[in-house]
Amino acid sequence: MNIMKQSLSDRLALLSDAAKYDASCSSSGAGKRDSAATKGLGSVSNGICHAFTPDGRCISLLKILLTNFCIYDCAYCINRSSSNVPRARFTADEVIWLTLEFYRRNYIEGLFLSSGIIRSSDDTMSQMVRVARELRQTHKFRGYIHLKTIPNASPALLAEAGLYADRLSINVEMPTERGLADYAPQKHASEIRQSMGKMRTHIEAAKDRTLTGRKAPRFAPGGQSTQMIVGADQATDQDILSSSSSLYTGYRLRRVYYSAFSPIPDASAILPIKAPPLLREHRLYQADWLFRFYGFQFSEITAARPDGMLDLELDPKLAWALANRAMFPIDLNRAPKEMLLRVPGLGVRSVQAILAARRHRQLRLEDLALLKISLRKVKPFLYATGWSPGRLAERQNLRQLFVPQPQQLALF
Amino acid sequence: MAYGFILDDHTSFSAWRPLARQCFMAGCAPEDIEWRCASAETTLFDTPLIAPTEKPDAPSPVLRSKCLALLRSILRHADQTRFALAYRILWRAQMEPALASIATDPDIARAIHMHRQVREDTHKMTAYVRFREHGSPQAGRRSFYAWFEPDHYILPGVAPFFSKRFVDMDWVILTPKGSLAWNGDTCAFSPTPCAKPKLSDDVDQLWQTYYVSTFNPARIKTKAMLSEMPRKYWKNLPETQLIPQMLANASARVAAMAAQQPRPAPAFHHKLQQRRASAATATASQTPEAPEQDTSCTPQKPF
Ligand code: SF4
Repeated sequence: MNIMKQSLSDRLALLSDAAKYDASCSSSGAGKRDSAATKGLGSVSNGICHAFTPDGRCISLLKILLTNFCIYDCAYCINRSSSNVPRARFTADEVIWLTLEFYRRNYIEGLFLSSGIIRSSDDTMSQMVRVARELRQTHKFRGYIHLKTIPNASPALLAEAGLYADRLSINVEMPTERGLADYAPQKHASEIRQSMGKMRTHIEAAKDRTLTGRKAPRFAPGGQSTQMIVGADQATDQDILSSSSSLYTGYRLRRVYYSAFSPIPDASAILPIKAPPLLREHRLYQADWLFRFYGFQFSEITAARPDGMLDLELDPKLAWALANRAMFPIDLNRAPKEMLLRVPGLGVRSVQAILAARRHRQLRLEDLALLKISLRKVKPFLYATGWSPGRLAERQNLRQLFVPQPQQLALF
Repeated sequence: MAYGFILDDHTSFSAWRPLARQCFMAGCAPEDIEWRCASAETTLFDTPLIAPTEKPDAPSPVLRSKCLALLRSILRHADQTRFALAYRILWRAQMEPALASIATDPDIARAIHMHRQVREDTHKMTAYVRFREHGSPQAGRRSFYAWFEPDHYILPGVAPFFSKRFVDMDWVILTPKGSLAWNGDTCAFSPTPCAKPKLSDDVDQLWQTYYVSTFNPARIKTKAMLSEMPRKYWKNLPETQLIPQMLANASARVAAMAAQQPRPAPAFHHKLQQRRASAATATASQTPEAPEQDTSCTPQKPF
């Protein structure tokens, strides 16, 4: 562990490797701003992915740790104190330099800074706040900043973090309290919840005017997000999604990320040997979309699943429709928006196009092909001018039509 | 002799608009007008084109703002039939004012498709332009060059994104469809095609280090990567040349993780455990209000 000999490049390798298990990379949700008036560097709009790695994830932010030293010992984490990974740390100035130089070359949208916990929570948090403050004040940086907040950090530091950051997050890590107690013995679900509750209050207060009519100080306009690790403990998809439900409604989180537990170097002996299928993580994200954009409740999505696990073969919307066939077919030309959104194969954008077009014309099933909609997928669920699914809608084995056929695996 | 115009590839909506008005007010139906691209292959048999003359009392065409936005967008597309499609939509929309809202209409479906391609091209440009630093700072301002190959005529449209983001540095973006140059004050567009320059930048190496390290070898999803970052962009990105090697090493890295036996924890961990244990006994004998023992490695809250 000879820190002095590590070059900046060595440390960048270590401290980005250690940060990559955090799935969040979003750089959106903070509104629009640019540097036209401030003459500095950076702008924010919808969030751009500047590169993709072969794991299919987008690189939008420079996602690094200030240090991977940590006094905690969370079993699932590569940085836990009992792990033998090499340790390193950046100075605040190095993080600032990397962020600005990467940004100037258009590699990134901004910085996602996290850290292992060194000394105390406040000590770690104040280092992170310093990076954000200097980026904003000294360098007139108007790109995106996401800070991972450290549980138990003082309210003053949290308020300052919210002043500079676009988004704050704190990871709940395990879907259930039991899981957290087993895997992260030094973290406490109640403290995490308290911190998230405080952030919610701050974020909402910043959107209101104060009693005197003045605007409250800025606080993380991009809201807060969190992450749950999937497949390290015994939690079912239903457990996970019911946690999401309370996170979204109780704490007004902007995003919940699901991160399939991934093997790490020097893993703790209490972790499962094998990673869960990535498809499970994908299905959870699909369920999350159904909740956020399609008007589904999480409880509906898992209601028909006896073991509480999402169907791996079919996407959750199709699985729901097959379990609720009494509600279909519906009339393409008359059904309300909420029902159209529940038709497998119709996305939010397609539904908007259908609603606009049917005000002027009667729609036939074939018209949907022009909207790039898969007729095969939607036709058992719709009536349209000149189309009735007839026997198709009554088929007992409708599921068979949709289940993917086994495929030969090909080398890439 | 036929009615029509020969148009330069860079013809924007605002340059096309008066010509289209002229045709409309001359009463020319879409099939009576030929919109020919200057870059299109010309043949001996191409009829010479003349501009139609407006009738003095002809009414002006009108368009809803949604339709206007759609036409503005598709005129940035490189498709040679874009002007004819735009004129046909303009013509038809006089009888069918809601035309642009009917995504199931074949003309509109095609226009929306072209609009999406233009938007995608613009988006990819904001994502995949890579600036490389050039020379020493002049008068305190640093200067950068980039090379990008857009599919469509998007430079004027995308210029504000770059000039409002990279304000405190000078930059030039060169492309086969012209260039953009920013000096801190104005952003100049030139339609003259550029050749690919030789660019290099030492910071690319740090970026490559980051790219490799942030990749998780235990999750390979090349299809997802390719759908967002198609191969046509790879040749101009500093990081993508590393992908084959990253994939080749991935399975060995995962196998090594699986084969690794649990190792004893480092001394650092044991020291922490001891301190924690003694802190716990110490707190047990103290009153809860006692000041925290915040020595270097103790968390604020004793467990
Ligand atoms: S506190 Fe964070 S960095 Fe430290 S071991 Fe736990 S999860 Fe890892």
